[in-house]
This record gives sequence, C-alpha cells and structure tokens, in this order.
Amino acid sequence: MQTSITNSTTRYGWGAIILHWLIALIFIGQFGLGFVMVRLTSQRTAFELIQLHKSFGFMLLGLIILRIAWRLGNATPALPHSVGTLERRAAPLAHLALYAFQLALPLSGWALVSVSMLEIPSLPFNLFIMPNLPLAESDGAESFWAATHWYLAYAGMAIVALHIAAALRHHFQLRDGVLTRMITPSSDQE
Amino acid sequence: MYTRILGFAAVAACLAMPVSAAVALGDAAGSYSISPASSSIRFSIGKVGGGGLSGAFARFKGSIRIDNSDVGRSQVNFTIFPESVGTGQGRIDAFLRSDAVFDAANSPEIQFRSTSVTRTSDTTALVSGRLTARGKTSTEKFSAELGGLKAGTIKFHVTGKVLRSRYGMDVGTPIYSNIVDFDMTLTGKRG
Repeated sequence: MQTSITNSTTRYGWGAIILHWLIALIFIGQFGLGFVMVRLTSQRTAFELIQLHKSFGFMLLGLIILRIAWRLGNATPALPHSVGTLERRAAPLAHLALYAFQLALPLSGWALVSVSMLEIPSLPFNLFIMPNLPLAESDGAESFWAATHWYLAYAGMAIVALHIAAALRHHFQLRDGVLTRMITPSSDQE
Repeated sequence: MYTRILGFAAVAACLAMPVSAAVALGDAAGSYSISPASSSIRFSIGKVGGGGLSGAFARFKGSIRIDNSDVGRSQVNFTIFPESVGTGQGRIDAFLRSDAVFDAANSPEIQFRSTSVTRTSDTTALVSGRLTARGKTSTEKFSAELGGLKAGTIKFHVTGKVLRSRYGMDVGTPIYSNIVDFDMTLTGKRG
C-alpha cells in the first residue's frame, strides 16, 4: 500500500490534512484571541494573552512556511470533473489569497512587535528569544503595523468564511468529495 | 529602599565616626526627614535578551532616626506613592499603575519599616525591614552607604534587590526578571 503521508493527484495525504486543520485551528483561534485581548479590562490578563498571541503567531509562521514547502513538494489533487469553469478558476486564487494571509498576518504581527516603543521581547511559549525584525522603532510605525495587522485579520477572516462556505457547499449541495478528502485520505475514490 | 536609607543613616552615623572624627556621631544622631527634592528612588528590571526597564518614583516620604548610643536601634521608615512611577513611556507607566502591577488606585502606598540596622563597615550598613505593597508584607534587606553628613543634612546611597513576585507583581516573568534592582539616593534633613 502506498503511503498516505504525501498527496497523490486524486487525494490529500496526512501531511497536508494535518497542516490544514492545525493551521485552521490556530489561524481562527488567533483571531478570537486577538479580538479578546485588546478589549479586556484586566491589564495583567491582557499582557499575558498578548504574549500568548505572539507565541501562537510565531508557531503559525513556522507552520505556514512548512505548509508552503509541503505544497510545492507535493502533487495537488485535481478538482472533481463536476466543478464548473468559474470555480475552477476562482478556487486557486482564493487558495493563493489564503496562503498570502497566512503569511502576512504573522509577519505583520512580528513587524508590529519589532517597531513598538514598548520594546517587549518575544519569548514564544517561554522557550526561546525570537529576535525582532530589523525595523526602526517609532510610534508612527507601531500605529501603521497595528492598523495593517487589524485590517489583514478582518480581511483574512472574510476569506476564511468564503472558504468554509465553499467547502460546505461542496459537501451539502454539490455532494462531492472536496470537503471529505481534506478530512481523511481514505475517503478518496483512488 | 527606604529601609536602606534609614539603615544607612544609622550605620553611617556610626561608621562615619572614624572617618569623620568624633563630632560625626554626635552630629548624626537625631531625626531626619527625607527631602524628596534632593533624593531619588530609581529601579530597574532586566529583560531577556539584554536591556531592561528602568524608572523612578517621583513622590515619596520618609524619616530616619539615628540612635545616639546604639546604631542598631536606629529606625528608617519610608512610604512610596506608586502613582508617581515614571519610566519615560506613558503606556508602561499606566500599566505599572494598573491592577497588573501596583494597583495604585486600591493600594496607594508602598511602605517600608525597618526592623534592624546592622553596621557592616565604617560607612555602610545593612538595613532589614518589612516592606508592604498591595497588602503583602515581606522582609527585605537594603545596603546603605553614607554619602555625606554636614550641616544637619545626611545623605545615603541605598541599593537592594526585591522579588516582585512576593507582592503579587510577577506579571511579565520570565520575559522581565522577577528581581527589581533599587538604587536610591536619600537625603535627610534634620528636624
């Protein structure tokens, strides 16, 4: 039996599936954490949650780099024949956008931390010191990256919502294997 | 820190004698009140990767009483108003004043009351006492060095390390050290 770690032309392997769901969980979780941490009245809890948000952000950056490498080094399963021309063209663009947001969000967060006049070091999960990006500190730069990070987060969530809607449509309306093949390699008709 | 200062004064009075001649002790004995204008209470906290956070308290008050016959019976009392903390970064000051650290609204005073003063050299002393902050009291030690004594004015340089976790202020560890380094210059005026 062929290993199901890697992708084939018809199905996703465990590598792509695990990276997909792990990143999905962290990506959406990070939005929730970010939303809450800037609205707390307890400054102490806010500080701790912001450090946690930074930790998961660096973890996400590492995972997405691994995921892009994995994608480039693996076959991409073809869409079912039933998928129409419009979606066949739109889906890769939406996926490209998702990858772009997955990279841009942790990078903009890292830039925000790097330029902040507060100079709070990054110590992901209290394990190691993550150096800052070589960017000049200033209040103006901090405001810029904070706004950028904020807009990217909301835009990223909009793309995620679209992605989820498309997946549910495939499963419940089109009744094809597009969603289930991202859940287990064996659900594929290979 | 205040403790140190008081201890310093007491120690200084005793210690200074050999250096400053017999008049010093007689001159040093007495009660002094800390003069904020010519005193400073600075602190710094190291952080991972180097550097740190430093600041000062702008408002504080205190007294030093140097016992004429027994330096060990000298007393140092000090009160710091954490609302006056300043680091040069307004957002950090607001954070320090908030319930994350000092909770200045509910605990407006940090107090030090010396319990013993031990002379360690001609011009230095170790001051032990009870430091109270945010409703928690712990024993702390400060080193005091006599910096000068003249015309009813006594000056001490006081240093010491305090573990902020003892006072419920351990937010930010281990990014920021648990150890707070105090560096104080305390000037007391007789009266």
